[in-house]
Amino acid sequence: MNKREFLKSLLLLLHAGGFVGALARWAGAKETGGKEGEGKAPGGADAKGEANGKHDPARHWYGMGIEIDKCIGCSRCVDACKVENAVPPEPFFFNTWLERYVIAKDGEAVVESINVKGKSSREMRQDDGEVIRSFFVPKLCNQCANPPCVQVCPVGATFSTKDGVVLVDANRCIGCGYCIQACPYGARYLRPESRIAQKCFFCYHRVAQGLLPACVEVCPTQARIFGDLRSKASRLVRFTRMNKIHVLKPSLNTEPKVYYAQLDGEVR
Amino acid sequence: MNAERVRDLYELLDQVTGYIYPNEIEIRWSILIVVYPYLTGLVAGAFILASLVKVFKVKEVEPTYRLSLLTALAFLLVAPLPLLFHLGRPERSFEIFLTPNPRSAMAMFGFVYAWYLMAVLLLEIWFEFRRDLVLLARASRGLLKWVYRVLSLFSTDISEAALVFDRRAIRAITIIGIPSAFLLHGYVGFIFGSVKANPWWSSVLMPIVFLMSAIVSGIALVIFLYMVLTAIRDHPIDMRCLDTMVSYLFYAIIVDFSLEALDFIQRLYESEESVKILGTLITSKLFLSLLVLQILLGMLVPLGILVIARVWTFNDDMRKLLYFASVILIQVGIFSTRWNVVIGGQLFSKSLRGLMAYKMEVVSIEGLLAALVLLVLPFIILAVMIRVLPTEPLEDRVTVPSKAPAPESPEILPLPTSGS
Ligand code: SF4
Ligand code: SF4
Repeated sequence: MNKREFLKSLLLLLHAGGFVGALARWAGAKETGGKEGEGKAPGGADAKGEANGKHDPARHWYGMGIEIDKCIGCSRCVDACKVENAVPPEPFFFNTWLERYVIAKDGEAVVESINVKGKSSREMRQDDGEVIRSFFVPKLCNQCANPPCVQVCPVGATFSTKDGVVLVDANRCIGCGYCIQACPYGARYLRPESRIAQKCFFCYHRVAQGLLPACVEVCPTQARIFGDLRSKASRLVRFTRMNKIHVLKPSLNTEPKVYYAQLDGEVR
Repeated sequence: MNAERVRDLYELLDQVTGYIYPNEIEIRWSILIVVYPYLTGLVAGAFILASLVKVFKVKEVEPTYRLSLLTALAFLLVAPLPLLFHLGRPERSFEIFLTPNPRSAMAMFGFVYAWYLMAVLLLEIWFEFRRDLVLLARASRGLLKWVYRVLSLFSTDISEAALVFDRRAIRAITIIGIPSAFLLHGYVGFIFGSVKANPWWSSVLMPIVFLMSAIVSGIALVIFLYMVLTAIRDHPIDMRCLDTMVSYLFYAIIVDFSLEALDFIQRLYESEESVKILGTLITSKLFLSLLVLQILLGMLVPLGILVIARVWTFNDDMRKLLYFASVILIQVGIFSTRWNVVIGGQLFSKSLRGLMAYKMEVVSIEGLLAALVLLVLPFIILAVMIRVLPTEPLEDRVTVPSKAPAPESPEILPLPTSGS
């Protein structure tokens, strides 16, 4: 290869690089819901057919991916959620929370929610014995495709949207608490003031405007991936293709749509 | 959130052992939800005792027939109140009728309840009492006359043909009523038994266990009331009736006990994921209410007493004493059963890693006092009903007034001859 040929291929390479970069940026913009309101729905769905800016639920099927190895336990998602959704600040009610698992050599798992500080909670100490695995698990409503909470709600206040999000109609909920009993994941609580059921709803108010859920937006390591499972280009679809994924309590047939990568068997 | 509530929650947090999902800190279904299945159980049990007379022709328990029906009604009227009071938004309760979710077990409550109240209990009571109401309306004066006339829905026909029709209607209603009573209470069991998220509740046996314990509690309650009522009125107790009721009670307890034992053994033997935490639950938080109150004092001791009362021949007074002691213990036991299901099922985390605590409020609408009021209220309603309605048919006194014995107690009205 002479000098001229070398320069030519270098130029080509740069061009190609630029093209790939541009492509990546474009794709990225699509996935992450359009950089600040470009009129694109999150998760890579094109706003085609939703050109009037209206969110069309029938065109989406939302889910979330969680890459456990990326979570550093900073709790920014929990804080962001509390602010965004007016979740009571006290450490008793959460739309999303973090669990810390510390698994000792003898297999015994010590689990704690790092957002709740009670008498029994304590920090790890040097003399805790040998720890073989330790990790954080973000938890939230799984937006189950076969949700027991929807099934039991006597008045139909809890319902599934076409785009696969489980919502609570605040004007209809009678506060009976049956859904709280029926959710296997402890995702629900009764709001102390209004006395109606509440839980994570994937920041539906943001998603419908093409924004990401608050927790996804603030996660510094991108451990949370939000997306549309109907769109092939979505980051979530890629995530589910690239990772071996698992859901919580699959034996209960709730068909969760929060997908965990690197989920440990100890997590329930 | 108010400071007091926050303090309470912190207090509860300190009592948590192991790991619970943070939202689980609050026990959502309080003592009122313990009262609810207890009340409906008594309704179903009392009704089934009443139907022994009409459908299975058990003549011996005839003296308690009307008492059983009225007891069922008094408790049924109060049954929806605990449900209503525990709602976060009671003012919206009507939504359950406006937009019921057909897939929800709880949504069916209103319909099952309305059916049972209107189509079964009130109807049967009306047919049973109609003739006496007509007679009482004729015999009384002033306001009371009007009360009886309204209660009889202004019917006046007490010819033999009409009475034959009444009796047929009662039989037909009872035949529909038995499955309805099963539905009413079996359905309450289903509300719990169908929650797959909760291994303490989720069981096919739940509706059947609920039913059997309902029958036990209902019969025990009617025995209790019958004994108390005869004592107040200073009437003699019909020992044949009492013995028969007690023997039904005895068999019902045995079936109930076997079912509960089966459920227990099955869980232990299958030894699923949840077995460890449920074991801890039973031996710590539920030790008193399950092992001591429900099983020992509420079941084994009364069963033992009843066995003794059957094997040895005691005189009537001794038998009465033994029966009375056991029906009271049985009530304590069944109430504990409800407690252990409802509260027990919320004391362990669905992460199966920890236990929560329940702090019963006292004065709030979901607290102890409200529960006590709701438990006493049916007795007050019953007392009023017994004042107005005769618990024994007036027959003899009316058709052959001259032969009628002198009224032994003030509440039996002497009826004028013009009444027949
Ligand atoms: S996680 Fe719980 S609240 Fe969320 S959809 Fe599933 S059952 Fe319902
Ligand atoms: S608390 Fe509200 S949303 Fe939950 S089951 Fe009851 S009515 Fe439905």
